Amino acid sequence: MIKTTGFLRLSLLLSLLITACSGGDTETRVVAGNREGVLHFGNYGEPQGLDPHIVTGVPEHYILTSLFEGLVTKNPYTLDIEPGVAESWEISEDGLTYTFHLRDDAKWSNGDPVTAEDFRWSFQRATSPLLGSEYSYMYYPIVNAEAYNSGNLADFDQVGVKVLDELTLQLQLHSPTPYLLQLLDHYSLFPVHRATVEAFGDATDRLSNWAREGNIVTNGSFVLTEWQINSHVRVEKNPLYWDADKVKLNAIVFYPTENQITEERMFRDGQLHWTREIPLEKIPAYQQDQPEVTRIAPYLGSYFYMMNTTRPPLDDARIRRALAMAVDRDLIAETVTQGVYRGSTSLVPPGTKGYEPPKTFSFDPEGARHLLAEAGYPDGEGFPAFDLLYNTHEDHRKIAVAIQQMWMQNLNITVNLVNQEWKVYLDSQNNMNYQVARRGWIGDYVDPYTFLGMYITDGGNNKTGFSNARYDEIILSQAPSELDQEKRYKLYREAETILLEEMPILPIFTYQYKHLASTNLKGMPDNIMDYYNWKYAYLEPDE
Amino acid sequence: MWRFIGFRVLQAIPVILSVITVTFFLVRAAPGGPFDTEKAVSEQVRAVLEARYQLDLPLHEQYLSYLGDLFKGDMGPSFYYPGRSVNDLIFQGLPITAELGFYALVFALFIGSLAGVFAALKPNSAQDYVPMSIAMVGICMPSFLLGPLLVLVFGIWLDVMPISGWGNSPGDKVLPSITLGAMYAAYIARLSRSGMLEVMNQDYLRTARAKGLPEHVVVLKHALRGGLLPVISYLGPAFAALLSGSFVVETVFQIPGLGRFYIQAAFNRDYTMILGTTVFLSTLIVVFNLLSDIVAAWLNPRLRYQFRN
Repeated sequence: MIKTTGFLRLSLLLSLLITACSGGDTETRVVAGNREGVLHFGNYGEPQGLDPHIVTGVPEHYILTSLFEGLVTKNPYTLDIEPGVAESWEISEDGLTYTFHLRDDAKWSNGDPVTAEDFRWSFQRATSPLLGSEYSYMYYPIVNAEAYNSGNLADFDQVGVKVLDELTLQLQLHSPTPYLLQLLDHYSLFPVHRATVEAFGDATDRLSNWAREGNIVTNGSFVLTEWQINSHVRVEKNPLYWDADKVKLNAIVFYPTENQITEERMFRDGQLHWTREIPLEKIPAYQQDQPEVTRIAPYLGSYFYMMNTTRPPLDDARIRRALAMAVDRDLIAETVTQGVYRGSTSLVPPGTKGYEPPKTFSFDPEGARHLLAEAGYPDGEGFPAFDLLYNTHEDHRKIAVAIQQMWMQNLNITVNLVNQEWKVYLDSQNNMNYQVARRGWIGDYVDPYTFLGMYITDGGNNKTGFSNARYDEIILSQAPSELDQEKRYKLYREAETILLEEMPILPIFTYQYKHLASTNLKGMPDNIMDYYNWKYAYLEPDE
Repeated sequence: MWRFIGFRVLQAIPVILSVITVTFFLVRAAPGGPFDTEKAVSEQVRAVLEARYQLDLPLHEQYLSYLGDLFKGDMGPSFYYPGRSVNDLIFQGLPITAELGFYALVFALFIGSLAGVFAALKPNSAQDYVPMSIAMVGICMPSFLLGPLLVLVFGIWLDVMPISGWGNSPGDKVLPSITLGAMYAAYIARLSRSGMLEVMNQDYLRTARAKGLPEHVVVLKHALRGGLLPVISYLGPAFAALLSGSFVVETVFQIPGLGRFYIQAAFNRDYTMILGTTVFLSTLIVVFNLLSDIVAAWLNPRLRYQFRN
């Protein structure tokens, strides 16, 4: 009896302790943030670093666009190019020369002016073969940038980057690149502060720690004030930024929310204004109960299967087409992915700046069986079983199972599902050690080239063995020299038609991004790039 | 005693050395490297990266140079986080994980031994079955289930507890500590129950009762010391396991500890980081095992006697 009351007393004590711990803490982080103008942002993962010429990821992207500013930026509503450090620019008639006039009030966070020389030096650093920047190919439209980057040209003066005077920078291209201005808003083309970089070591040393809290000097709308690894990165409004009057947020805190489920709970508990993801299984509930916080919109990305065209039986285009035609994309999109992805029959997502991809096939089991019979496998008889490879993930598995089922049902073909951990899967792809493999691709800029450029003969991202002379001709020489957008898109459509006739890839979905967003958060509209311009974002205080 | 300690320390050296060797060659044998990404990297970029991290050297040279650095206490630069050293990352995560592990252990020890002793006082009665059944559930319930469950109840329904973070808001250390400690509490409950049961039938306790000592003195003063011995020898390995096994809890509660680095490193093929964390944690495990052996020897005169001879 005595023991029992002891236990009771103990549990009472514990519950008191619990209440004591949380007492008085009624205002959530989000409510406080709304009042103070502090945005709490779920940012998917811990940034690898904050050196814009070295990192490659999406979490880094969102932090870097707050810290740095390139020559131009984008309007989040229209994705139109807006002035950044350059207040104006001229493009020559032939589309090969870009002259940028820098504003005279752009400053580094230590007060130094941002000059044309800063850009020239930064571009030299980013393309230096010694730095080994993985995004250096973004510079390749510039004359000789590729030669310099690969070490074949030692003299950067021969690269098409010229400082005309302190505030004028000129870029010389080898072919008109209609999306050049978009490239300039990518973090790999952001300027870095030379004196700071050199103060912490060699300019091309990847292991330097100049880009750390306390060291880093930046030129964007925010400055880095706190960086606790695996905990958060905090940036605060930069008073020296030339357009500081327009910046409405006082701070942004980026959280490395790599676990979607935890992230969703943090949102529900009022700790985040914005999540990177919504767990697939929670989408129906959110759509029904809180549609106002559920943000699902088309994204510039494709989900597809690629096929190894060097190995039988998939070396026969008819069979590849048959496989593509036997998949009911809309059904999978609706049931397996809860309507989050949308069925697609092209590589380039529709709506890529006015580009309409060709439609060369549709779901047609009868036609697919016909093609298969033509290729020598009537009713799928004698068709060798092959492996379908995907990286280990529940969503990919579900989709693969559905497709496996459809191929069985419509073509009488047996497929084995094989999943591999991410890096193993990448290794298999790179060595073309697969038959059919899942692949996703997110565009770097809004232009069909970011997708179609992958499938040139022996292209680094091709990995299917696909090679077509006409395709290469269009992508490598005809389209790049075409100034008229309509004609260029016509060429791209022709190229994509070839791609979809030959079918080294099997389009399945276009991506949509999925976020939970507080209704107090404004100025972060939906756009196909899932791009945010931090100086537009603001928080409405609660009443 | 000193001979015993010296002997165990000498034993630990080949253990740690083989951990280093096996891990070193195993991570390099795994398919996919640190610089494989979804987007193709050009040959020259890859060559620069590999040279920067000495991956272009023959494997045995890499191994020897790693060993050499390790003896100087340098675990090398992280492959995934340019500009950060493995030492930095480990010592950033360690205090947090250690704090979490400590709270979890205190919780486990308190709840576990209380329940175990309580159960052992009246074996095969409700007083025994109830806590022991709960303990069984505790052992079986994985932390990726218990964590979200606690969060749901205390964080979201009752709204009395913060659900994520570490040291950012008052009370945010409570739920993770309980989640991490629960399984260990259950083990400790079972260990202390069986330990106590064994002791309760010993002659010296009968003597204690015979000389008229009140029951609580018998239990607290005489039985506990022997009965909790299995718990003591479990503490060392338990704390090491808490340090190396906190990954799930750290993920569920968004805690910036060592466990997350450990797992992320494997996914990223961050060779030096995998090696660093593995070597560091295995050293810890060896050390804690050693410590618990010493404590057990010190508490148990028979073991001490054995070593004297």
